[in-house]
Amino acid sequence: MNKDTLLHIVSFIILILLQVIILNHINFLGYLNPYIYIIFILLAPININRSLFLVISFILGLTIDMFGDSGGVHAAASIIIAFFRPVALRSVFGLSYEFQTVKLSNVRFGDRLLYVILMVLTHHIVLFSLEIFNFSHILLIAKKALFSSVFTIITTMLVLVLFRRNDS
Amino acid sequence: MQQIINFLIKNKHSLLFLILLLISLILTIQSHSYHKSKIVSSTNFFSGSIYNWKHSISDYFGLKNENKRLLEENEYLRNQLSAYGVDSVSTKYVDISSFNKPYTYTKARVIKNDYGKIDNYILIDKGEKDSIFPDMGVITDKGIIGIVENTSKNYSRVISILNSNSRINAGLKKSNQYGSLIWNGKDPNIVQLETIPRQAFIKEGDTIITNGRSTIFPKGIGIGTITSYTLNQNKSYYLINVKLFNDMSDIGFVYAIKSRDIDEIKSLEN
Repeated sequence: MNKDTLLHIVSFIILILLQVIILNHINFLGYLNPYIYIIFILLAPININRSLFLVISFILGLTIDMFGDSGGVHAAASIIIAFFRPVALRSVFGLSYEFQTVKLSNVRFGDRLLYVILMVLTHHIVLFSLEIFNFSHILLIAKKALFSSVFTIITTMLVLVLFRRNDS
Repeated sequence: MQQIINFLIKNKHSLLFLILLLISLILTIQSHSYHKSKIVSSTNFFSGSIYNWKHSISDYFGLKNENKRLLEENEYLRNQLSAYGVDSVSTKYVDISSFNKPYTYTKARVIKNDYGKIDNYILIDKGEKDSIFPDMGVITDKGIIGIVENTSKNYSRVISILNSNSRINAGLKKSNQYGSLIWNGKDPNIVQLETIPRQAFIKEGDTIITNGRSTIFPKGIGIGTITSYTLNQNKSYYLINVKLFNDMSDIGFVYAIKSRDIDEIKSLEN
């Protein structure tokens, strides 16, 4: 087991604990929580085995669901963004993704922000549609997804800036 | 055959994705239906003990409020005692376990409480070991909280009144009309009372209580006060907004209620 794998396992556990112990109980303005556990999916290595990546994302989401008593909504949202991550990467980073030279720590700030926004918005729209699960509440879904996304994007960018790995 | 296997190998990522998506959708749909045994639930040992550990730390920050609440309840109970003419400072020992009481109360601590979602659940630190079972009512000193839905050995999950699946019988304090208590998912302090017939005389500020028509809650446990009401579309029922006595975002200790006669009543009904 090399250093990188160990680092990913530790970040997996820390992100889950951080999410379920602290962030799920913030309830800013009554209902807003940042869901930053998806940083794990955002930062997974580019050349990771896709099947393994899907299974890990599923377990990640299901653990959050277990703690939050929400059935399978986080699991569904997590595997959807894990499955469509290559699409987001390709559309944001273009050619450098094709050559697998992308490193999130040293791309331009604008590109990184765009990538985070794409992934977080997709995740939150799926998450809240499934959580509320009622089309007569579509305005509520839109409201919750939008405001929570803003909250999550800000927190995620802060975490990415603060915990940047300055190797390379 | 060869072609099928080739197809499977070529599309293995998409197939795995579809299978996992299907599993999570099944779990989601299951979580939206009331009263089905949930596979993924926070009552298991793993999440229960993590929440317990977290709460044993954060408990200290609420001690002052908790003390105040207990004193208020004591004051209320003492006032009630004196109203019944019982000498409250008597030192005579009364063995309450010999009383023929229809309900028994078990105290429990809330270790996880949600109120920001549409379907909210509360986790308490008592389970089957302390004879807590599904369909028991849960209250605080101020009013009702919810109904036990799922239990494990050490923990139970309570379906909060702030849950779109929750339906609790409730009625007016001053008359016998009753309806069912639901939540529309908007404000965690306001719940809705449906199907009160329009013959009822109601006005803002009236008290809503449980009406004892089920074995879950005894009659007369407080719920809240009426803040506003409208007639429904065909003008036969009221839709009433009820402000809860409890602050659902701040629950410390609760009581689970067990009805002594529940088996007898159930055997009669069947």
